[in-house]
Amino acid sequence: MYGRGLRPLAIVTLVVLIGGLAMAFFYAPVDADQGVIQKIFYIHVPMAIVALCGFVAGGVMGAAHLSSGDRRWDLRSYVAIHLSLIMGVGVLVTGSIWARAAWGHWWVWQEPTLVSFLVVFLLYATYQPLRFSIEDPHRQARYASAFAIIAGAFVPLNFVAVRLAQPLTHPRVLSSTGNLPGEFGVTFLVCLAGVALLFATLWKYEMASKHAAEQLRALRSRLAEAEAPGPPPRRAVPAGVGGPVS
Amino acid sequence: MRAASALLRKDILLELRSRESVPAMALFALTAFVIFHFGLDRSSLAGSLAAGVLWVTLLLAGVLGINRLFVAEREQGGLDGFLLAPVDRVALLVAKALALLAFLAAVELVAVPAFALLLLGPPVWPALPQLIAVLVLADVGIAVVGTLVSALSVQTAARDLIGPLISLPLMIPLLIAATGATTPLLLAGGAAPLPLRWMAILGLYDAVFALLAYAVFDFLVED
Repeated sequence: MYGRGLRPLAIVTLVVLIGGLAMAFFYAPVDADQGVIQKIFYIHVPMAIVALCGFVAGGVMGAAHLSSGDRRWDLRSYVAIHLSLIMGVGVLVTGSIWARAAWGHWWVWQEPTLVSFLVVFLLYATYQPLRFSIEDPHRQARYASAFAIIAGAFVPLNFVAVRLAQPLTHPRVLSSTGNLPGEFGVTFLVCLAGVALLFATLWKYEMASKHAAEQLRALRSRLAEAEAPGPPPRRAVPAGVGGPVS
Repeated sequence: MRAASALLRKDILLELRSRESVPAMALFALTAFVIFHFGLDRSSLAGSLAAGVLWVTLLLAGVLGINRLFVAEREQGGLDGFLLAPVDRVALLVAKALALLAFLAAVELVAVPAFALLLLGPPVWPALPQLIAVLVLADVGIAVVGTLVSALSVQTAARDLIGPLISLPLMIPLLIAATGATTPLLLAGGAAPLPLRWMAILGLYDAVFALLAYAVFDFLVED
């Protein structure tokens, strides 16, 4: 069910992403201050925005799991957080490269957005250890959802606190897209759409794979029951032979 | 509320008799001050450095208490007994958070005077009421987040590791606000007024996590 529409989505993603990158290199003007390295902005900032939205979406899906009791929501939340974490690594690496090129240091504590992102990333890095150190699958899903809700609400709170921690006299080196000239803004939006589509495609892809694996396991166990009829029921496939769901 | 006060009384009594958490936390805080003295190679601190050392120490001492908060309940079946009782589960949240708050207050009764004696350069007296206000607001936050994280991590196989790894990043906003509020109180040239902006952030943090804990806690003590 998750595989439906995956191919058109993947094609659209590829087109928008390549188009966005092409615009970044050939359409958007070269930054007068920083030169070509500023192009990393078109991949770094969209990835950061999408990763943060993914974290918050994971929290919302966790809340949907706890309120409905439907474990598929937990799987959705898990996949969203898992992909956001992978994107988070990309955000930190590209951010560090950009900081080195623009300000001469690999890490700049005065940039509140980058620092907030690191804190959020560190928090979410414990999501998987927490999840997989709980044996019981129902409890695992419930606790992971609770963590997703707490951490999802923590994301905006953390950004406010870290932003306020900077001395107010410190000038923001890079402000939001509001004051970007037209070509920058359009290119940025196309890149943002591309990265968001990439996230959606990967999410759908992983969900389809997990869903297929689960269905396969259900079929296998039914097959095993059919092959061994009559009492006493012999279980050819012990429970858990297929490994954990996620 | 009667259930919560009974649970709180049980926790306090247990701590008074077994002395499991508070002495260890207080001793840890003292040791941390000594370590900071040698690590920073300073014999007196002021301003932001003093605030940072004080809060990092209190936070880490708090983590020690957080790790142990639910362990006895789980290992000795207290949680099962509680779940059999026909009371609201929020009672357990309230009782545990208040117990942790009491532990933190007891630790600070030792740690803050020790800090003033051992490391603090400027006198602590002029700004003491403001400092107590900051301590109270921050302790509420630590207690709420700590109870939540402790309930979350106690069921995991590696709870001693998972607990601090979750609680420390979650408390970074609290650390920022608490040090921001404490720094002007400990300035070398005499205390400056308490920055209300940071007190507001601390209050907001406490409120957000109290609501979150109230919403989520039910699901952490099921089955």
